[in-house]
Amino acid sequence: MFSSPSAPGGATIVAFGEYQPSQVLTNADLEARVDTNDEWIQSRVGIRERRIAGPDDTVASMAVAAGGKALAASGLSAEDVDLVIVATCTAQDQIPNTAATVASRLGIAAPGAFDLNAACAGFCYALGVASDMVRGGSSRNALVIGSEKLSDWVDWEDRGTCVIFADGAGAAIVSASEEQGVGPVVWGSSGERADKIYLRDHQYLYQEGQAVFRWTTTELYRVALDALERAGVEPSELTAFVPHQANLRIVESIAKKLGAPQALVARDIVTAGNTSSASIPLALSRMIGRGELPSGSTVLTLGFGAGLVYAAQVIRIP
Amino acid sequence: MAHSEQEILAGLGEIIEEIVGTEASEVTPEKSFVDDLDIDSLSMVEIAIAAQDKFGVEIPDDQLKDLKTVQDVINFIQK
Repeated sequence: MFSSPSAPGGATIVAFGEYQPSQVLTNADLEARVDTNDEWIQSRVGIRERRIAGPDDTVASMAVAAGGKALAASGLSAEDVDLVIVATCTAQDQIPNTAATVASRLGIAAPGAFDLNAACAGFCYALGVASDMVRGGSSRNALVIGSEKLSDWVDWEDRGTCVIFADGAGAAIVSASEEQGVGPVVWGSSGERADKIYLRDHQYLYQEGQAVFRWTTTELYRVALDALERAGVEPSELTAFVPHQANLRIVESIAKKLGAPQALVARDIVTAGNTSSASIPLALSRMIGRGELPSGSTVLTLGFGAGLVYAAQVIRIP
Repeated sequence: MAHSEQEILAGLGEIIEEIVGTEASEVTPEKSFVDDLDIDSLSMVEIAIAAQDKFGVEIPDDQLKDLKTVQDVINFIQK
């Protein structure tokens, strides 16, 4: 037998942070580029404006900015962090990984550092991994970041996709605690439908809109309800539902099926666009910043995207 | 059990009224979903799902794009 880790038994989120590029791209700006209009975009996807990376914004730099804010908000010092996970599917280079660079730029010395690609479900996957690493005693404080520069992978002449995607990053610090503040992750995949969201010509994000809409609005509420059940939380106890900000119609359709009419539903997509793995921590951080999620409140997350992959868990707000 | 054309039309009217708010009486066989009823591609998916629940006939996405009018959907469900 090996000696067992002296972990306190629980893992909880102690802080969030976010970063958005300063450049705002409105629907009117898009009207000048492609054949579209504000009414069409708002009725199909629910987005009014989104943020697009400037020349100095990279997946790593945005991750550093969001991660640095989460670290500062946590009150921990860089040396307390022993694990950094960057969830991303838009890293500029495959090699080296992003997480080690991000950790180094934040002054975190020699942590475990790896990237995780679960597309738009990346943050929920990474949070599930980090939480279990902390519960298992392998990590004391883990920094989990979702960072995406989707604008690099968008065909700016394709009006079906260029109106949707955007850039940004969100981060959370997961720490050992007496009580469990991250519920069990309920995750899964459906690789036989890998062709529903992919890179066309290895270059441009493409999705079969109707198939993705059907999948997300008919199947995923069960994953969300499973996550509630696994955490022992009733729908009526939810303060908020913060799903991946894919499309406002998808968000609202899933929310309606949860049986939690009191829960605030994240609508961050309206001003942030779809930022893939960044969208959930970005929405959470912004909602906390606006005072919409009081400390101790119970929130359900649900990520889903290319793979197809999905993941959900219940979290306690720090 | 086969459904009559009248039953399907009435059912589609209810579904469309529920999903996009167009009055059921406006839903007549010759109407085009896009041009006459102003129904977009995502609402078409919602209508297909609701029609499947009501009539027990699955309308897959690859068939959906060929169903341009209310009559097309009636024919598909009756087929």
